[in-house]
Amino acid sequence: MTAATGEKAGQEGQVGAGRERERRRRRARASQGDSRLAWRLIAPTIILLIVVIGYPVVYAVVKSLQLDKADAGINPSTGFFQQGGKFVGLKYYRYWFNCNCPNGTNGHEFWPAVQTTVIFTVITVIFEVVLGTMMALVMHRAFKGRAIVRAAILVPWAIPTAVTARLWEYMFQPHGVVNSVFGTNIIWTGSVWPARWAVMIGDIWKTTPFIALLVLAGLQVIPDELYESARVDGANAWQRFVRITLPLVKPALLVAVLFRVLDVLRIFDLPYILTHGANQTTTLSILAVNELRSSQNAAAALSTITFLFIFLVAFVLVKIFSVNVVQTQARTVKA
Amino acid sequence: MHYRRVLVVAVAAVTTVGLAAGCSSSKKSGGGGRGPITFVTGKDTSGVWPAIANQWNAAHPNEKVTVKQQSDQADQQHDDIVQHMQAKDPGYDIVTVDVIWTAEFAAKGWLVPLKGQYAIDTSPMLGGPVKAATYNGTMYAAPFASDGGLLYYRKDLVPTAPTTWSELISDCAKKTSGMGCYGGQFSQYEGLTCNAVESIYGAGGTVVKSDGKTPDVNTPQAADGLNFLVNGFKQGYIPKEAITWTEEPSREAFQSGKLLFLRNWPYVYAHLTGDANSQVKDKFGVAPLPGSSGLGTSTLGGHSAAISVYSKHQGTAFDFLKFIETPDIQLNQFLKVGTLAPVLKAPYTDPTAIAKFPYLPTLQKSIDTAIPRPVSPFYPAITQSIQTNVYQALQGSLPVQSALQNIQAGITKAAGG
Repeated sequence: MTAATGEKAGQEGQVGAGRERERRRRRARASQGDSRLAWRLIAPTIILLIVVIGYPVVYAVVKSLQLDKADAGINPSTGFFQQGGKFVGLKYYRYWFNCNCPNGTNGHEFWPAVQTTVIFTVITVIFEVVLGTMMALVMHRAFKGRAIVRAAILVPWAIPTAVTARLWEYMFQPHGVVNSVFGTNIIWTGSVWPARWAVMIGDIWKTTPFIALLVLAGLQVIPDELYESARVDGANAWQRFVRITLPLVKPALLVAVLFRVLDVLRIFDLPYILTHGANQTTTLSILAVNELRSSQNAAAALSTITFLFIFLVAFVLVKIFSVNVVQTQARTVKA
Repeated sequence: MHYRRVLVVAVAAVTTVGLAAGCSSSKKSGGGGRGPITFVTGKDTSGVWPAIANQWNAAHPNEKVTVKQQSDQADQQHDDIVQHMQAKDPGYDIVTVDVIWTAEFAAKGWLVPLKGQYAIDTSPMLGGPVKAATYNGTMYAAPFASDGGLLYYRKDLVPTAPTTWSELISDCAKKTSGMGCYGGQFSQYEGLTCNAVESIYGAGGTVVKSDGKTPDVNTPQAADGLNFLVNGFKQGYIPKEAITWTEEPSREAFQSGKLLFLRNWPYVYAHLTGDANSQVKDKFGVAPLPGSSGLGTSTLGGHSAAISVYSKHQGTAFDFLKFIETPDIQLNQFLKVGTLAPVLKAPYTDPTAIAKFPYLPTLQKSIDTAIPRPVSPFYPAITQSIQTNVYQALQGSLPVQSALQNIQAGITKAAGG
């Protein structure tokens, strides 16, 4: 009995397993077809990415390992530069990391530029997160004239950076708006920290709305019931913000922070126009462009270093915060 | 079906990359080609080029010139030319070269040497601009507009212009309240290099030795010169905000009556006399720059036109170069319309021109004695070294002596040291 039943069950099990296997095989075949179709569909995108991103990146890396014409020396009889292109290994990377260069040369500027870039990133992102969250909370409230407030908050984000830079350059002039409004007499673009603050204020002004927008999107998926029940339980506004809003908006906020960090690490246009990189506002990107005028391949090496640096930061951020927008948020809300 | 389409896209994309990557096979055309040409120049703030192009096109209907204007920023103009040259663009027949770029572009092999069939008669020209367009003994560009630094002064307050720095500093007492004394261009950019090397020249110093390469800037004379500017900020005869000035803000300060002395280029003259908001219309004079123990020395500015080696119509391009060197264009267009400084000697003694621009004799003196900034293929690195170190010295964060040592080392390093 038992044995028979067992056998039967076993048979059934085998049959079941066979059917299951068959089903899986069929599904696999179908998904093989699906995946082939998928590949075909995304092929244009992939090719486009290879063309516009892959090719330049690889080209820059290859260049950074070759001798630049401008560093090949000058033929004393013709006055022309000699031929470049020889493989020089990590020469240009060593040049950036370990240049015993006099003050005023690009090589000397590398570590200060790293420092400037990091300072810009840390300070602006902190300000943008705090102000952006506040703006998002305001935009999220239902009140009369909300549409106008939302539009007003988003205006700076809509203005091109070059225009922003000119705008602030004008306002930060010695007899400009900023000094006369605050009754100060600061030469904003004439010394290190005022110049850095000028750049950072411009950046914060422009990109806080970006954070606000992403946080607002995060706020809108939080169900109202949560707040209602919290209120019933007697939670005050601060508790509701800290216990409900912050944890639930965190995924959106982290993505916003990630985007901003990556963005500021390669900041170029704002300081380039506002301060021309003077007064220690030369960022890595500005330094790369300056170097381009002397040695392209050294500039390619610097671009590669910047690229790897940003890549590393992005990797670390993603690992630490396990930033994963959509899914995490869905899960958190369900929980 | 699907992948055939994908294939088409792929092939198209790859072909585009091939083209974009500069694999173009345009050969150096062996000179003499004729046909339409493109003249590339910075933003035409003087407004002379449309008339010049029209005049040329009327006479050469089959070899018309198109004027392509770049940005108004010198750095961007430079980078634009570099990019087009690297792409071997035959569409940039003639490029406008700032005096400081001649050596770099020539050494990279981008400019057609102006000798043999393309030789230009330089005898009617001023010496300085020709020298600045010459690299390694060969002329590579035809100068068409020059520039020299001038001292603008308030003749209602200071009847005779100072000829030395100490006279200038004692004249500062004559300024009225709310005025600054001396101004120039002290923001960290090319203009600062001009102001700095002028001060160094003005005290008998130099930047590089006569071979144009060996740095010779770490000298007591250079220190004296630089100290004129550094002390200006320290003692207040240069207003604090001048550390942010480029040409235009410094002009505006003088124009609105807030400055007693201004170092600037000739273009300012037309604004001071012609602008509706000018507070100094009949109250200013123009003089040569002062120096430490006598008149100072200007640096040489200005632009030349050079033929690209990738141009297919070099014959026409060369004729156009000669055209913009003719006395008619130099006097009636560049000077009278654009208030640019001509490179020919004749307009400076032309009575009608002097009646209109009384500063001409002064300007000629300034350009005649002007010293070009170092003519070197490594100029971008050299000027950066000068700008950064001088700027820090003006701010007081770097002693003049260290600044000069750094510049000396920076120039050595730039030339592959």
